[in-house]
Amino acid sequence: MATMAQAIRMALAYGEQHLGVTDIFGEDVGPPLGGVFTCTQGLRTAWNSPLDERGIVGAALGLALAGQKPVAEIQFSDYIFNAIDLMKLAANSTWSSGGEFTVPLVLMTTVGSGVHGSIYHSHSFDAFATHLPGWKVVIPSNPLDAYGLMIASLKDGNPVMYLEPKCLLRTKGLERIPGEPADERELRDRIDAPLGDRSQWKPRWPALLEYEVPLGKAKLCREGTSATVVSYGRTLPLCVEAADQLAAEGMRFDVLDLRSLMPYDWAAISASIRKTGRVLFVNEDTEVTNFGEHLLRRTIDEFFYELAVRPRLLAGRNVPGIGMAPTLEDASVPQSANILAAMREIAIEPA
Amino acid sequence: MRFVRSVTTCADLSVHRFHWMTQVQEVPQSGRLSPAMQLRIHELMVKSRAAEERCIQMSKAGDGWFWIGAPGEEALGVPLGLQVKKGEGLDHDFLHLHYRSSPIAIAMGLEPIDIIRQMGAKATDPFSRGRNFVNHYAVRRWNIVPMAPTIETQFSIAVGTGIAQRRHGGTGITIVNGGDGGTHEGDFATCLLWSIRPGQELPILMITANNSFAISTPACTQHGVSIAQRVKGYGIPTLSIDGNDVHQSWKAIAEGMAYVREKRKPFFIEAKVSRLHGHSSSSGANRVNEEDPITRFEQSLIKGDVATRAELDIVWSRYREEMADAYEQVKREPYPDPSDVERYMYAEPKENYYNPKPRNGFAE
Ligand SMILES: Cc1ncc(C[n+]2csc(CCOP(=O)(O)OP(=O)(O)O)c2C)c(N)n1
Ligand SMILES: [Mg+2]
Repeated sequence: MATMAQAIRMALAYGEQHLGVTDIFGEDVGPPLGGVFTCTQGLRTAWNSPLDERGIVGAALGLALAGQKPVAEIQFSDYIFNAIDLMKLAANSTWSSGGEFTVPLVLMTTVGSGVHGSIYHSHSFDAFATHLPGWKVVIPSNPLDAYGLMIASLKDGNPVMYLEPKCLLRTKGLERIPGEPADERELRDRIDAPLGDRSQWKPRWPALLEYEVPLGKAKLCREGTSATVVSYGRTLPLCVEAADQLAAEGMRFDVLDLRSLMPYDWAAISASIRKTGRVLFVNEDTEVTNFGEHLLRRTIDEFFYELAVRPRLLAGRNVPGIGMAPTLEDASVPQSANILAAMREIAIEPA
Repeated sequence: MRFVRSVTTCADLSVHRFHWMTQVQEVPQSGRLSPAMQLRIHELMVKSRAAEERCIQMSKAGDGWFWIGAPGEEALGVPLGLQVKKGEGLDHDFLHLHYRSSPIAIAMGLEPIDIIRQMGAKATDPFSRGRNFVNHYAVRRWNIVPMAPTIETQFSIAVGTGIAQRRHGGTGITIVNGGDGGTHEGDFATCLLWSIRPGQELPILMITANNSFAISTPACTQHGVSIAQRVKGYGIPTLSIDGNDVHQSWKAIAEGMAYVREKRKPFFIEAKVSRLHGHSSSSGANRVNEEDPITRFEQSLIKGDVATRAELDIVWSRYREEMADAYEQVKREPYPDPSDVERYMYAEPKENYYNPKPRNGFAE
C-alpha cells in the first residue's frame, strides 16, 4: 500500500494531469529533492523557491489571481508565522473585493509531533489555521484520505490549507488508492526517486483515477454508543487503536475522523453526540484557544441538556514548544495511554 | 490620533539631499508631450484631485470615516495610468497598487463617483461593497487586483502575477507601487529577489513614490542610502526622478515599461512626490506647504501657451461641480444590508461553513 507521502504525490500528479495545476513550489519542493518528506518528487510543475515564506504565499496568491492553479508548500508549519499577513490576504481577497476576485490555491504545510522534531518541527497549526476565516482547512490521517482530500482541495476554487501530519507521512494505508498498483514494489519503482543521481530520472505514474473526499465530511471510523470521540491527524489512529482495545472491556465508541476542520462536519458530530450523550475531542495543539475548545463551546451551546456527562477536550499542554527529550515530548502532547485513559473515563463516568 | 509634522525634514540633511539630486540628474531631459496630451493629463490630474478633495470633505463632515489618498501624486500617477496596457488576463498589465493610486486609476478610466462610494462605505461601492477603506480598488476587467491596507504586501503578491506573465510571454507586465516607508518591509526585498532568479527573471515594473515620510517618520532618519541605490545592488536598472514633473514621470515610465515589456526583466523607479494633505484623516488631512504638482504643471502649460489660466480654471470648476453632484447622489445611496456580512466569504455560496446565527445582532 502507498504511504501518505506517495498518496499526496499521486494526487498532485493527478492534479497536473487533469485539474490544471500549474505550479507546485516551495523550499526544496522541486528536483532533486522533491520535498523534505518526498511529497513532490517527480512532479512536472514542481520547482524550488527562494527560502522566503512570505514570498511563497505571496507568489501563490498572485498566481491564483492571475488565473493559475498553484500549490505552494511551507516546509514546516513552525516556519509559517512570518507569512500570516499574506495568508490573511489570501483569505480575505474574495470577501474584500465583494466577489470580484477568487483565490483558487492550495497551501500545504507539515504539522505536529511524533518525529522527535523538538521545538521547531513539532508545532500544530490547527488553531491558527481555523482562525483565518476565508480559508478551508483539511488534515488527513491516512493515505487514501490524503489522496481524496488533495483532489477535492484542488477542485475547490478557494484557498485551502492542507495540513500534513508529518509523523503519518511515511505510514502505509489499509485501503488502496484508485489506480494504485497492487504491488508495493512496483509503486516504489514507478514513483520514488532513486538514491544518488536523479538527473535523468522520470516517474512512471500509474493510471490514476479521480477520487474525492468532499471537504466538510467526517469519516466514522468506529461505531458504538459508549461515547463519541472526535479527532484528526496524528491522534486519530491512536483514538481508533484505543477504541479497539477498549472493546475488550465492553465499550464501543463512535470515532469520528474530522478530516476537514473548515468547514467541519457538525452534522456528523451532532448525530453522534445525540446518540451517546458523551463527547471527547482529541487533538495535540496547545490547549488554550484550541480548535477543540470551539467544538466544546458549540457542544455546550447546542447540546447542554442532552449530555450525560461533561464534554471534554484532550489536547497538548500549554507550553511554548515540544522538548527534544522523549520524556518531554510525551508529557507535552497526548499519547496512546492518555487517550485510552480519557476514553475509558468518559465512557464509564456515571451519568 | 493626530500628528504634528516633525521638525526634522530631509531638507535639513544635506547629505541625503545631495544623494537625491545626483540621481535626478541622471534622467534624460529631451522630448516633450504634445499639447493635446498635456491638456488631457491636466484634466485627469484635476479630476483625481477633485475626487480626493471631495473625499477629504466627507471625512471631515462625517459622511465617511477614514480618508487616505493621493493629493500630490498626480504627476506620477496620471502618466502611469495612461501608459498601462489595460485589460483582463495575462496579455494585459496587472496592477498591484497602494492607497495613493487614484490618479493611476482615474487615468485608466475609473469613475470618481465610485471612489466617493467607497469613501462613504456604500453598498454601491464596486470595489469592496462597503468593506474596505477608500482608495482600495479591485477591478477584474483591468487586472487591478484587490488592494489591501497592509503596507507593501502587494510586492510579494506581484511576484505571482509576474511568474504567470513570464510563462505566458507577450507584452503584458506586472506593475507594483508603494511608498518609501514600505520599502523597509521584507515584501520589498521579496519582490526584488524573486524577480532576478537566474533564468527566471520577472517582468515587473516596481515604483516607489517617495514622499519623504512614513506617517510621521521622516525618511531621512531611516534610509541609510537612497532606495534606488539599494535596488541597484540587485542588478536591477533604476531611475530616480522628480515625480512632481509630468514630463519626467512620463519619460521614466515609458522607458521602464518598454524595458520590462521587451526584456521581460524587472525595472525600478523611485519618484520624489509631495504629500499635500498629510498622511491621512488621522493626521487631520489639512493642506500642507509642499510643492503642488498640478500648480507646477499649470505654470508650464501657461508659459508654453498650451492653455490660459481661464481655460484651466474651467477644468477645475467642471470637476468640482461633478464631484459635488456625485456626492449628493452617493449620500442617498444605502449602506450594505447587514446580511451582506457573510457574502463572498468563499467563491461559491456556502451553507456548510460555521457561522453562528446572529443573536442581538452579534455572533454569540
Ligand atoms: C504592514 C503595515 N504596517 C503598518 C501599517 C500602518 N501604516 C499605514 S501607512 C504607514 C506608513 C507608510 O509609509 P510609506 O510606505 O512611505 O507610504 P506613504 O503613506 O507615505 O505613501 C503605516 C506605518 C500598515 N498599514 N501596514
Ligand atoms: Mg512615504
